[in-house]
Amino acid sequence: MRTISEYLPEHPFFRGLDERWIDLVVGCAANTHVYPGAYLFREGGPADRFFVVRRGRVTIETSTPTGSIVLDTAHEGDVVGWSWLVAPFRWTFDARATEETSLVAVDGACLRGKCEADPELGYALLQRVVQTMSDRLQSARARLLDLYGNRS
Amino acid sequence: MSSDAVGDETPRVTHTGGMAGKSDGQGPADRIIDVPGLQALVDRLIARGYTVIGPTVQSGAIVNAAITSVEELPQGWGDDQDAGHYRLRRRDDEALFGYASGAQSAKPVFFPTEEVLWRGRRTQEGFTVEPDDSAGRDAPYALLGVRSCDLSAIGIHDVVLTGRVHGDVAYAARRAAAFVVAVTCSDPGGTCFCVSMGTGPRPEQGRGAPYDLSLTELLNGGPHRFVVEVASERGADVLDEIGAGPAPAEDVVAGDAVAEEADARMGRHVDTDGLKELLYAAADSPVWDDVATRCLACGNCTAVCPTCFCTSVEDVTDLTGDLAGRTRVWDSCFDADYSWIHGGTVRATTKARYRQWMTHKLGSWIDQFGMSGCVGCGRCVTWCPAAIDITAEAAALRAAAEPDERDAGTLP
Amino acid sequence: MSTQDEVATERSRTVDSAMVPRQFVVTASRRDTRDTRTLELRALGDEPLAFGSGQFTMLSAFGAGEVPISISGDPTRPEVLQHTIRDVGGATRALVAASPGTMLGVRGPFGHGWQVADGRGSDIVFVAGGIGLAPLRPAILEVCADRASYGRVSLLYGARTPEDILFGPDLRVWARDHDIDVEETVDTGPHAWRGRVGLVTQLVARVAFDAAHTLALVCGPEVMMRYAAQALIHCGVTADRIRLSMERNMKCGVGLCGHCQLRELFLCVDGPVLSYDRLEPLMTRAEL
Repeated sequence: MRTISEYLPEHPFFRGLDERWIDLVVGCAANTHVYPGAYLFREGGPADRFFVVRRGRVTIETSTPTGSIVLDTAHEGDVVGWSWLVAPFRWTFDARATEETSLVAVDGACLRGKCEADPELGYALLQRVVQTMSDRLQSARARLLDLYGNRS
Repeated sequence: MSSDAVGDETPRVTHTGGMAGKSDGQGPADRIIDVPGLQALVDRLIARGYTVIGPTVQSGAIVNAAITSVEELPQGWGDDQDAGHYRLRRRDDEALFGYASGAQSAKPVFFPTEEVLWRGRRTQEGFTVEPDDSAGRDAPYALLGVRSCDLSAIGIHDVVLTGRVHGDVAYAARRAAAFVVAVTCSDPGGTCFCVSMGTGPRPEQGRGAPYDLSLTELLNGGPHRFVVEVASERGADVLDEIGAGPAPAEDVVAGDAVAEEADARMGRHVDTDGLKELLYAAADSPVWDDVATRCLACGNCTAVCPTCFCTSVEDVTDLTGDLAGRTRVWDSCFDADYSWIHGGTVRATTKARYRQWMTHKLGSWIDQFGMSGCVGCGRCVTWCPAAIDITAEAAALRAAAEPDERDAGTLP
Repeated sequence: MSTQDEVATERSRTVDSAMVPRQFVVTASRRDTRDTRTLELRALGDEPLAFGSGQFTMLSAFGAGEVPISISGDPTRPEVLQHTIRDVGGATRALVAASPGTMLGVRGPFGHGWQVADGRGSDIVFVAGGIGLAPLRPAILEVCADRASYGRVSLLYGARTPEDILFGPDLRVWARDHDIDVEETVDTGPHAWRGRVGLVTQLVARVAFDAAHTLALVCGPEVMMRYAAQALIHCGVTADRIRLSMERNMKCGVGLCGHCQLRELFLCVDGPVLSYDRLEPLMTRAEL
């Protein structure tokens, strides 16, 4: 397996980010490996990290009285979690690995400090997080339309 | 059935007949008939096997009906027409064709409101399907007194219903069998705009559907008489059979004058310049919101329009469920079910339905068939219970689309 | 119109009036999902119904009304007419309930189909939403039968829930035996669902194709098709190489009844399949 500093610059989320900032991110990152069923985070918990999926499958889910519902899935190349950048820095859903999953965990608290110190880094990261949020919002909105229900 | 009633196998109604060369002076000379001559013409057509359909007065309106005598024609009747307004009025002459337009065009004759497509019976193995052979095989029709606008409408229907890959077989059969006696419009009404649409007021060969004969009614300078333009061989034959002589030169001139005077007396006007593009660009115009506050979505306009052709099909069964039939019925784009797909109605609002109707009529029809779907007969204006006027809406759309004009953006 | 469509259309004209149905017998009925079944039909007299992928027929149960239904079967096996029908009430309920031996009325085939052969030599991206996979199935089978003529082929399929996924066995065969990159996704899933959850249009960016040499065929509800077309354009596919199959309330199938008009288009004749460059201005206005 390649090292984090080899892998991150090629990841869609970090692609194009200035090298010196990649180094900063790498400084806040650690490889992590989880088994099926393990939670990455739980709703309401402190959002101090985000995850870059290297391999495997992560579900974004929420509990209902009759069981949990999967709202989204994240796969290789995806990023899980943006609450680390947005007050009150708490997770809004559960995230759980459903396969053996390899991730890069990035320390959001650490990165937040670096963003405060260097707004240029902050802006570059924010752009990327907003892109992720926008994709997820678009997907959620489109699915609100119950798109497939209406063709006979 | 007469020998004129051609049993053409192909459903296409072509417009290549008629007396080519009339315009360059090579066609047969005009004839003249008087009122008894007109009766003789009706008699001859009946003798040839036709059911003659002509204008009559019924329920306070000019209505097409089967006739056998010229006495059934609306002698001495004219009409007053305006948006949402129709009244018969007594004329101070004995004109037979002195009204502007009847409540209905020729549409219901060739294209009835209901048509059985097939009937079937449930059997041991499944069911039978028996095409309704009677469809379109009713007696051949001779239409008397078809206006130029309505001739154009028939021409449009010939293209729409028979000019493409698949056609309306029953319509084609009726059309192929029909004999058409047109008439020059002498007293256009307040809602007429055939001149704007290039369809009238005088029947012309090569414009609209072909016809056999065309009458121009003369009331002055002699007895009540008709200059007859001969536009087909069989038309000439019928005139020969009733002994119609050549029209005197002064009557031909008088007939031309009738058409010229009518030309100058259109009650409405439409600027057709770039109208399709205007409508396409105006899909979001506030004018539609305005008209939607008045439109009742009743579909009267589509029912009286001589070119509206939309239909639906209905399956009906008897109580046992063993006999069934499928019927083609007139439909209207103003009906909520018209654009229904699973999940809802595509055009849920009256605004969208009016926009569809008018954009189709004056715009997209041109892309579909190479011609406007409006012939300027004015019926949709006259028979609208809310007095909505397609000519006024077209002008409002144009005004709203031209911000440089003084009345820019204002609504009617 | 392709030769295939022409032959099929010409046949339906010469055999009978286009408005009179031919009789077909249901030979098999397979449950696809809780509300959808696929019927196999055979023509009475066994004269097959030649069709082009993407064409539809007007299908009716005796006395119960007629509806337009896309053909979901294999165009190289015209002796079996297949229709995949969702029970949305009315005429569709009677059709879905038709058991083997039942006779149904069939008119058609009608319309302008996928013309997937235009994509020979290039990559193919199929995007399907819900029961929109059914009209695409003939085109997918056409590609499978001539797989070597095409480059990379992917099928992106979105359904509401895992239980709504159509043609599961087909999806596995297409992926395994025909080198098609099949990606499924659902709107929401139970925890046991091991596939993707998300919007089908998100998959467009996840599969490999050469945007400059790609033909994209999209079928599903209109909004989903619009989003899919936008995602494809974002990835570099030009609008003229994106084809959508449009749904309207066809009553006649031959451009006579007026119901399926989309401004100047008669979708039953000019469509149902049309390229997005033609459709885009007409799909972005509500209620047109």
